[in-house]
Amino acid sequence: MAVDGSDKAFRRHGRVVVVGASLAGLRAAETLREEGFTGSLTMIGDEPHEPYDRPPLSKQVLLGRVPADGTALPRRRAIDAEWRLGVAATGLDLTGKRVRLADGQEVGFDRLLIATGTRARPWPRDAEADLDGVFVLRTSDDAARLNRRLAARPRRVLVVGAGFTGSEVASACRERGLEVTVAERGPAPLVGALGGVVGAVAAELQREHGVDLRCCITVTALEGDPAGRLRRAHLSDGGTLDVDVAVIALGAMRNTEWLAGSGLGAGPRGVACDAGCRAFDVHGIVTDDIFVAGDVARSPHPLFGYQFLSLEHWGNAVAQAEVAAHNMISRGPDRRPHLWVPAFWSAQFGVNIKSVGVPPMGEEIIVTQGSLAEHRFAAAYGFQGRVIAAVTFDHARWIDFYRERIESAAPFPPDFTNVDRRPEGLRPVGADFPDPALPTHGPTVTLSGYSPSDRRVVFTPARA
Amino acid sequence: MRLVVDLNRCQGYAQCAFLAPDVFTMHGEEALMYDPGADETRREQVMRAAAACPVQAILIDQVDAPGTPERPIALERAGTDGR
Amino acid sequence: MTSGTLLHQITDYASRADPYPLYAELRRTPVSRQDDGVYAVSTYWEIVSLLRDPRLSSDVRNRVAQPGEVLPPEEDPALPPSFLRLDPPEHDRLRRLATRPFGPPHCPRRVHDMGGELARMVSGLVDGFQGKDQVDIVEDFAYPFPVMVICKLLGVPHQDEARFHGWAETIVAALDPNPAEGPAERQRVAQQARSELGAYLAGLVAEHRRAPGDDMLSALVTDHGPDGRMSPVEVITTAVLLLIAGHETTVNLITNGMLTLLRHPEVLKRLRADPDLAVPLVEELLRYEPPVQLLPQRTALADIDVAGTVIPAGSSIWLMLASGNRDPRRFRDPDRFDPLRRDNEHLGFGNGIHYCFGAPLARLEAQLALTELARRLEDPRLVEDPPPYRQNPVLRGPRHLPVAFGGLAG
Repeated sequence: MAVDGSDKAFRRHGRVVVVGASLAGLRAAETLREEGFTGSLTMIGDEPHEPYDRPPLSKQVLLGRVPADGTALPRRRAIDAEWRLGVAATGLDLTGKRVRLADGQEVGFDRLLIATGTRARPWPRDAEADLDGVFVLRTSDDAARLNRRLAARPRRVLVVGAGFTGSEVASACRERGLEVTVAERGPAPLVGALGGVVGAVAAELQREHGVDLRCCITVTALEGDPAGRLRRAHLSDGGTLDVDVAVIALGAMRNTEWLAGSGLGAGPRGVACDAGCRAFDVHGIVTDDIFVAGDVARSPHPLFGYQFLSLEHWGNAVAQAEVAAHNMISRGPDRRPHLWVPAFWSAQFGVNIKSVGVPPMGEEIIVTQGSLAEHRFAAAYGFQGRVIAAVTFDHARWIDFYRERIESAAPFPPDFTNVDRRPEGLRPVGADFPDPALPTHGPTVTLSGYSPSDRRVVFTPARA
Repeated sequence: MRLVVDLNRCQGYAQCAFLAPDVFTMHGEEALMYDPGADETRREQVMRAAAACPVQAILIDQVDAPGTPERPIALERAGTDGR
Repeated sequence: MTSGTLLHQITDYASRADPYPLYAELRRTPVSRQDDGVYAVSTYWEIVSLLRDPRLSSDVRNRVAQPGEVLPPEEDPALPPSFLRLDPPEHDRLRRLATRPFGPPHCPRRVHDMGGELARMVSGLVDGFQGKDQVDIVEDFAYPFPVMVICKLLGVPHQDEARFHGWAETIVAALDPNPAEGPAERQRVAQQARSELGAYLAGLVAEHRRAPGDDMLSALVTDHGPDGRMSPVEVITTAVLLLIAGHETTVNLITNGMLTLLRHPEVLKRLRADPDLAVPLVEELLRYEPPVQLLPQRTALADIDVAGTVIPAGSSIWLMLASGNRDPRRFRDPDRFDPLRRDNEHLGFGNGIHYCFGAPLARLEAQLALTELARRLEDPRLVEDPPPYRQNPVLRGPRHLPVAFGGLAG
């Protein structure tokens, strides 16, 4: 059918294809149906599994409490879709409006949602990555394999990279009573996401729980035995470590290769789109029928200087999918901006870590409640005189307060008195991010509205 | 059955862990762990937990699996009104 | 009528049976400064926001007298405030310690496993209706049930009920911001009751230390976790809090529930046919007729801008939970009692760090109580509508709820 016809006709008879059958893809499909789309809906996913939830994979599943194939996502409603699972999309023909699949078939669409997400960054040397005992953790199959190996009680597990996934893996291993070494290139765990001040707390947590944490170090090589089993890791300080499991936790890579040459503005940093989730083409011109959502999307956020943010956050996938789906079947004035304030959580070593905003933009940090030493605190990050982010350790009931401060561009350092402010919270200190490549200016905007449907941007004069 | 907890919304009130201890457990003071594929026999417990959640963060399946008809369930979090 | 006196009208006894039209009027000014300097916050989003705002203190010692205002006298120094009236970090430590013998992560099954015993208690109480054609739901059911539960849980001998009941009533009466007697006299009497109740519990605590049982008081005096142990005084203030909160609020939840069901016979009929309905029904009840109507004890530690009004540091803030629960900007058709309501993120148990400690137990009690009443009372009718209410506007509920019925199902 022709899209230049009426939107009503599209809602009734249009063809929507969703590439990526995980959290974002599923929630988008549900929203399409919820909002009255009755045309054809095709879900394409490279994994053979129906949509499942990933956060439990590095927690409940690695603790052996939940089977790796037991995290299928609940459905909000029936979506009446044609499912093409276990077959990857390999190409996109923008002119012909077709998605090419790995099995050689093609699927035509009127509007397309790209929600292909990310995959684990593999160990860079193939021969070493292929050793028996070297794992990554992204999919449920990865989790099943790793869980099986942990259950066999390896003598020592090496976790390469102390971001959230690596730290959670180390936490699960310790809870299972396994010896763990964590090797981190930066000066502390979580330092890239939360900075050095909070990273030091994360380091304390790891060491108190018996992790052999080694920072400012890299793994230079993984060595196998003649049978191809991992036996040893070589470290940049010249040391070696006898290990039989290595978990590579070096972050994620965006699944955009299938879009190469398609004419879309897609690359290693994701697929660029506008605040309404419409993809940009290579010329930076916004497309009208290609939408993007979830980990693979990069979209400008007014609160953060209109920078294009790519967020590997569960909540972003849900919120962006809902906005994308709504906009796919709505006309211009009815379309909504994706104004979700970044937020994520991690559970490790019995501590609940939550964050809102964009901590790496923070120049300074102030512990506003509780104490770093007690591992129970709330801290705010400041950027150019306003609150840009916050983090809590076992202080989740306060996090919404900080989200509101971020949304309203409240001044930093905070100019108020509050409960449980300790001596350490009297003045800010450097947030201590390893790479503070930050922009120096941007319009000041705030968000208004309580529910996603009435959220709007409000411009306010820049502070001197 | 299937369930998922929006852990961005969750603030560790632990109501679910009180009311459905076979499915939801607290890991430390505030971190929640749960069984996303809880046994069907626990549905009543899970419904209690979902209803009690002060931030309505627990989503329970509204349909069994792809393609099956919708089964209305009283307790669910609305898609648009909540933040 | 000016909005500056609305709180007085709301707390006035004449408004007790139906304060909701006054709440609606109050919501026209989300943050309303009363003539006495108190700031009443009555709209949902603003209340939620303040409940999660660390610039608010629950510790009355942070109050600053407004011009012309006389602050209540200091509390008994021998019996410091319970965690309900404290801020972090003391609040957090005491609440963690109190949670250890009550719930997860340390005792995850305690409340869940009380279900069978609670069910036996309610059916025993209804058995006692045998041979009558009218009962007072308050005296014959909604009061005795939670008292039995909290006694069992804490390890307080149920036969002492007559003794602590009087103290509890006096202490609760002091929460009434609009009493018949003057504030000084009321505070003095309440303080004395609190001291006597404290002394009674101190004796019990000593017994439990000697011979610990499977109850919370025993655990509080013998347990030793990561936070150490409560001091003897802290055990007593916590026990006073739990004993009072444990039976002065649930009685209202159950009674308000029965009253609401009798006013909505079609819902009562559905509950009779489908006991699972009790779960969402109790949530709706917590929204529609919350047993704790308002929180009159918060103090601003800083100037706080709420919905365009600046509440000055030191001000007293009242958070009108029952009004937020009826805010049409948050709840569709808010004055309708709809047990199948979706998106029911009510404020019946508060929110933030002071979220009701006993909420899981109260929920279970109310679910079991209302299900049993619905199932067994045949042809129940309200004898009086509205029924006579208790004086207290904070912990609001009927004083008596006479209900006539045609018979008793087995």
